[in-house]
Order: sequence, then structure tokens, then C-alpha cells
Amino acid sequence: MILELAQVQIHNRTDTCESNNGFCPDWIADHFGDYVHPFFQHLILVGLTVAIGFAISFTLALIAYRRRWLINPVTQVTGILYTIPSVAAFFLLLPITGRGTDTALVALVSYVLLIIFRNVLTGLDNVPAETKDAGRGMGLTANQLLWRVEVPLALPEIMAGLRIATTTTVGLATLAFFAGAGGLGEKIFSDITYKSNVVVAGGLAVLMAAALDGLILLAQKAITPWTRAVAQP
Amino acid sequence: MNSSEPAQHSGPSSRPAAATLEFRRATKLYPGQTEPAVDALSLEVPAGEICVLVGPSGCGKTTAMRMVNRMIDITDGDILLDGQSVKDRRPAELRRDIGYAIQQIGLFPHLSVADNVATVPRLLGWSKDRIRARVDELLELVSLDPHETRDRFPGQLSGGQRQRVGVARALAVDPPLMLMDEPFGAIDPINRERLQNEFLRLQREIRKTIVFVTHDIDEAIKMGDRIAIMQRGGKLEQYSPPAELLMYPANPFVEDFVGADRALKRLALQRVRDVDLWKAPLVRVGEHTTAARAKARDSEVPYPLLIDESGRPLGWLSDRGLAGERVTEELRSRPDPVLELDDVLRDALSDLLAEEAQYGPVVNERGEVVGVLSIEILAHALRSEVPV
Repeated sequence: MILELAQVQIHNRTDTCESNNGFCPDWIADHFGDYVHPFFQHLILVGLTVAIGFAISFTLALIAYRRRWLINPVTQVTGILYTIPSVAAFFLLLPITGRGTDTALVALVSYVLLIIFRNVLTGLDNVPAETKDAGRGMGLTANQLLWRVEVPLALPEIMAGLRIATTTTVGLATLAFFAGAGGLGEKIFSDITYKSNVVVAGGLAVLMAAALDGLILLAQKAITPWTRAVAQP
Repeated sequence: MNSSEPAQHSGPSSRPAAATLEFRRATKLYPGQTEPAVDALSLEVPAGEICVLVGPSGCGKTTAMRMVNRMIDITDGDILLDGQSVKDRRPAELRRDIGYAIQQIGLFPHLSVADNVATVPRLLGWSKDRIRARVDELLELVSLDPHETRDRFPGQLSGGQRQRVGVARALAVDPPLMLMDEPFGAIDPINRERLQNEFLRLQREIRKTIVFVTHDIDEAIKMGDRIAIMQRGGKLEQYSPPAELLMYPANPFVEDFVGADRALKRLALQRVRDVDLWKAPLVRVGEHTTAARAKARDSEVPYPLLIDESGRPLGWLSDRGLAGERVTEELRSRPDPVLELDDVLRDALSDLLAEEAQYGPVVNERGEVVGVLSIEILAHALRSEVPV
């Protein structure tokens, strides 16, 4: 089916540059609108993946932080999910969740769990012991200590995890069309031999990754002002 | 210092400014261990006094302190705060009533100085205005400029400033009891001495009951109204005011821990104003040298001391300076060291030795000579008993 689609497009091309599968600015200018919908499809897929992945792994990390024995089993399970190739996961899930966004989401989310889980846990573990001791000694309850001291101080690590998870997901989501979830991958593979197509679709994915990475970095700077405050002479 | 006056009540509705604290055979035995970390510790701290827990590492002094606010659970025995067992109270709630300052300070790096200090007031639900006013008041109390420091992060402060913020934070809700675990331990010696003096001055104002942990016997002698010397295994060896500890160590362990120079250490307990100074033979420029010589003959100090119009010391007059008919300003030697009434005797002795001087003029707050301190007076102070 994919091949058929590709052939249809090849037949549509008349210009010499286009029939040579080259890099054709004119064609790109004419067809750029075709990439807008896949771009936003892709963006939503990435956003949902990171949001759901964060919700699950953050919760798991908070639980494992209090009940240390959970760290190993959670790491092992998410580690296995992390190592399953995404394409394989899409096909394994097809009989269960069918074609569509759900399948893509399940596979992509299971891939980011380990990354975020580990970073949240490392962030919490790196909170200085004396800071926790002082907080407890002043009468903060365990929950107050967690939300007012430990989680804020873990933010740099947590945000770093989100950055890795987001950029990785932008790349991996180009394979989501195998599950029928569309996105920029569908455009890339619709005519993989055509340079103009691949450059535009691939370039948009790279841009998205860089932009999202930058946005998260900006957000991190905004919510962790103390990390940049240095001693004044 | 060494005051046993009762705690001050600042108003009819407010709670006492200081609480009494009593350890009653308080014991901590960690699971799986045969030796207790704190062994049936019994001692009473009167309201408004500093009790220093001191001893070698592993003597259980920090454990004993942390049992008070239940950071460590009491295995056996009890600890009473104003007569009420700490075991009857919810730990988090109990801790909000007890100031807590530790060596590593433990400021929250992600919060501004103001937010750090406001931690416990917020937990107790104070209003914004009240918190803001209290924060500024506390920062001033610990000699920090509120405008300059309020909005800074701890990472932007020097070690000494951080320490002050830590103390301000511990004092935020005016707790009747403070726990301080080596609060000046990580500060360099010069700043440590300054912070100690500042804290003692502060304590004269706030009169809190304080449990102060240190491994440094000199710090214990300086800070403590009472000193509890502990030994490995969490045993209390002696509990007494510093002077008594230095004069009558209860056993060889205490004697050894206090040190062979305990006689010298006693000089740290007295100030220049506490001893009988010699009368200084004071002369002014233009006086007859015969009169000056006569003054020196009548005094215990063999040389006349030249002073200016306001009574400030200019220098000693030697035989050469007394050779002419009248006293002139030129022929004098420096008056150093000039000592102050508030100097502790140990510092005064070290100043005298440093200047290789036998005598030092003592001045009051206005800089006027009020007497002379000599090595002889210090030697006498060493031999005599310190009022306990």
C-alpha cells in the first residue's frame, strides 16, 4: 500500500528536477502546505507521549523514592520496554490496539518511561541530606518536604530527562505511521527516494526536536532561577 | 551570661520566651546493638540557659540533642519540655516549636533568604504582612541588611552570612527552645569567634533555652551556662557550670578532656572588669615632673601614664621623660596594649605577652583610662577561685 502511494506521487511529477528526484525549491514552495497537517499530527503525538510518559514515570519515581525496593523491578520492566524496537512494538500491538494513534502512543510511551523514571529518581536522590534534615527538623511533614523541597530541587534533573525524552520521541515518532498514526514519518516514507520530500519532512522533524528542546530548556531556566545565581563578590 | 533568671513573658497572651528542658533517664539503643548510643541521660536545663553537650565523637551528644525534637526516637526514659513529654506530641508539630540549626545549615537552595526564614511561619499559617515584617526583623537581629539579603539565594551568600540566615530561620517563630548542632563548626576560626560573640550578645536579648552541641571544649566553655561532658557509650560524666568544671573536674576523663591548661582556660571565664585593677598614676602634659614622680611612687605602677585632655592614654613616661622640669609629650613610649573592660582575661594576657608588656592601661567605652592591668593581677586571678 505504501508503495502504491509513492507511485501515485511519482506519476504526478512532471518537471525534470522532480523526475530526477532532486532538491527542487519550486516544488517545495508549491507543496509546503501538504506538510502542515502531518507536522501538527507529529507534534501532538510527541506532546501526548511525553505528557503520558511523564505522568506515569513521575508517579512511579515518587513511589519508588519512598519504597526503595521498587526501584529494581521498575527499572527492569521499563528497561525491557526501552530495548524493544519501536517498529516491532507497533506490529506486536496491532492485534490488541489496532491501527491508529493508540498503538503508536503505547509504544512511544513505553520507550520514554525508563528515561524519565531514572532522571526523576536521580534528581530526588541528589537532594542534599542536610537540606532534608533541616526541613524535617523544622517540622515539615514528609509530603511537605517532598513537594516544597525535594521535587523543586530535583527539577534540573527532571527537566533534563524531559529534554532527552522529547527529542528522542520526535525521532521515533517518524516510525509511527507503521502503526497508522500518521505524522511526518508518513510523508518521509511516502516517497523516500525523492530528495525534496525527504529533506522537507526530515528537516521539519529536526526543527521540531530542536525547538522543543529549546523550549524545555527555557522553561527549566525560568523555574530554576537559583541554579544560575552565583555568589557576588 | 551564667544567668539563672526566669524566662521573660513578653505579654499576657504570649507564651514564655523560654522553656525548661529535662532529660529523664533518656536512652537510645539502636536495633541490633548492645551498647546504647545515649545511656540513661538525666539533666535539667533551666529556662533561658545554654546547655552545651560536649564530648569526643561517638559520645552520643548529637543523638541526645536529636531526641529532643524526635528526629531520633527515644528508646527508654523521657524528655520533658516545660514539664510535658515530647513523646505525647506529633513530631512535625513539636518540631515547629523548637528552633533547629545544624552545622551544614541546610538552607533551601531554591528559596530566597526571605522564603527560607519564612519556612516555619508559613507552616503555622501566619499572614503575609506578619511574615514580611518578621523576616526583616530577624535579618536585622542577626546583623544582615534586609534590603540587601532578602531576595538573594543561599548560593549568593558567604559562609558566615549563610550561618546567620540559618540562625534567623531557627528563631523565626520565637521558639522557646533552640537546638544547635555545631552551628559554627564549618566557619573559619576568625569568623567563628565573631559569630560566637554575636550569638552570645543575641542570647542576652532573646534569652532562649538552648541545647548546643560541640566537640570543642573551648567553645563549650565560652558558650555554655552549663556544660554536659559525655563519654563514648552515651554516658554523662559531669554536668556543671564552666567554672566549676574547670576547678573541680569530676573524674580523670573530664580532667583529661578539659585539658592540662584548664587553669589558663579559666581566664576565659572572667573579663577585665571582673578583677581589681591597679590605680594608674595619671599625668598630663605640662605637669611638674616632681609631682609625676610622686604619683608613680604612690602607685603600684612604677611609671606615670601620660593622658590627653579627654583622659585617653598617650604613653608611659620613663626616667628620661621625667628628666626635665615639666612633662612633655615627646619623651614617652607607646601605651600598648590598651585593654578594654569587656576583654576576657585570656585575650588580655595574650595581648600583654604579644607586646612584651608588664602593664596595660584599661579604658572604658569612651576610651578614658580607668586603671591598669598587670601580669601580676592575672597571676593572682589564676591562683584564686572563680566565682561559680
